[in-house]
Amino acid sequence: MKKIYLDHVATNPLLPEVLDAMLPYLKEDYGNPLSVYEYGMKAKTAIEDAREKVAGLVNAKPAEIIFTASGAEANNFALRGIALAKQNEGKHVLVSRMEHHSVLNSARFLEKSGFAVTYLPVDKKGFVDPETVKKSITKETVLISVTHASSEVGTIEPIKEIVKVAKEKNIVVHTDAVATTGNIPVDVKALGVDLLSMAAHQFYGPKGAAALYVRQGLRIVPLIYGGIQESGRRAGTENVPAIVGMGKAAEIARAALKTRMDYLMPMRDRIIDAMSGVERVYLTGDREQRLPGHASFCVEYIEGEAMLLLLAAKGIFSASGSACSSKALKASPVLLSMGISSSLAQGSIVFSLGMDNTAEDVDYLVNEFPAVIKRLREISPYAQGWGDREEGGEQCTVKE
Amino acid sequence: MKFVENVKPDVTSDIVYMMCPMHLLKLEEQMKELEQGQILEIMTDYDGALEDIPAWCRKTGNEFLGMEDSADFYKFYIKKSAR
Repeated sequence: MKKIYLDHVATNPLLPEVLDAMLPYLKEDYGNPLSVYEYGMKAKTAIEDAREKVAGLVNAKPAEIIFTASGAEANNFALRGIALAKQNEGKHVLVSRMEHHSVLNSARFLEKSGFAVTYLPVDKKGFVDPETVKKSITKETVLISVTHASSEVGTIEPIKEIVKVAKEKNIVVHTDAVATTGNIPVDVKALGVDLLSMAAHQFYGPKGAAALYVRQGLRIVPLIYGGIQESGRRAGTENVPAIVGMGKAAEIARAALKTRMDYLMPMRDRIIDAMSGVERVYLTGDREQRLPGHASFCVEYIEGEAMLLLLAAKGIFSASGSACSSKALKASPVLLSMGISSSLAQGSIVFSLGMDNTAEDVDYLVNEFPAVIKRLREISPYAQGWGDREEGGEQCTVKE
Repeated sequence: MKFVENVKPDVTSDIVYMMCPMHLLKLEEQMKELEQGQILEIMTDYDGALEDIPAWCRKTGNEFLGMEDSADFYKFYIKKSAR
């Protein structure tokens, strides 16, 4: 059976060149970067080379890149590290409701630790309004964290404008750019952010390597204590092969960024256009300001899980809700925060394209998906409508 | 301990929140960059530095000018005198 992977926001396949770059460090070049003899120095050089490439991808200085094991760790590090470093200046943090769990749950941890947290609302298309940020700032605010783009609805946030508002009050800004780095231009200087999280497996690198950009001069309390790795800011023997892979993937992404966007955007638009013709299917997120390979919808009267199963039976692998909340089978908090009713949010589905997809894959999807919807509606006990469908129908954003 | 005020450093190294032995590694690294007679300021919150930095200066022949204690961290001043 045909197998079509349309869940690239969950993870991406490793590029062969990246694997090749990693292999020596999984085999003969196994040295610990802290060792002073030849083996160690080779590993150390490899890490510093990767750091330069990752820095190049986001227009940072190499010293501003701290490697972590995951995007989630980078997000935890940013929120907890800055809140603790700044707690004598104030104990108030702003995060958007669109954030990934690793940001939201870090914020909840801070709340339990005596910080006040304001959860910023988003509009129907998932945008955080810089004016709302401005109004939410208090004398106590020390940190603002807003995602660069949500992997669930694909909306790219106005980070530059949020930074502008924050800088008037000298407040540190973090952005979770895990979904964007390597997929759209990400420039820490142009965005003006103080901290930025990224993960290698989102741009065809390996799992287990990620990074936090920390603007030079900004103090951050470590999350992990131990040795002097990463200038004493993140202890633990480095995952050398994965970091080398991240560097290689960053180097390739930097050169291929435009090619990738030009390849993905027409396929994405084809899916969105095709689905706009299907009754009671609504695009979630913004039509223009969205991730290049990202098409997400709410399908009325159907559960996301049911669609995933039927699509999987046809060899199409996709996601519902945020990639990791689909097992929870509850309405996605991101969709609820956009004002979509909990019943409509049950029917969420996300198709995310990657460089391994082809126009034929998209043809197959746009042919099969409406049939899946039709079949599920025929057997759905809700086919006559959810209890509160009118509310949902009105609040969903796409029919303009 | 010798306390000083209003020392004008030529170079500042901010290693607050960085763990031992970063205070000594950074110190050594920065001192290499300095010219004779220039002053290095090290900002750290590591208590061990209270003993280690003066001791390092004695050992290497650089002049320990003194320290300043602010609310959140210490500032150490070292003048490069060793060749």
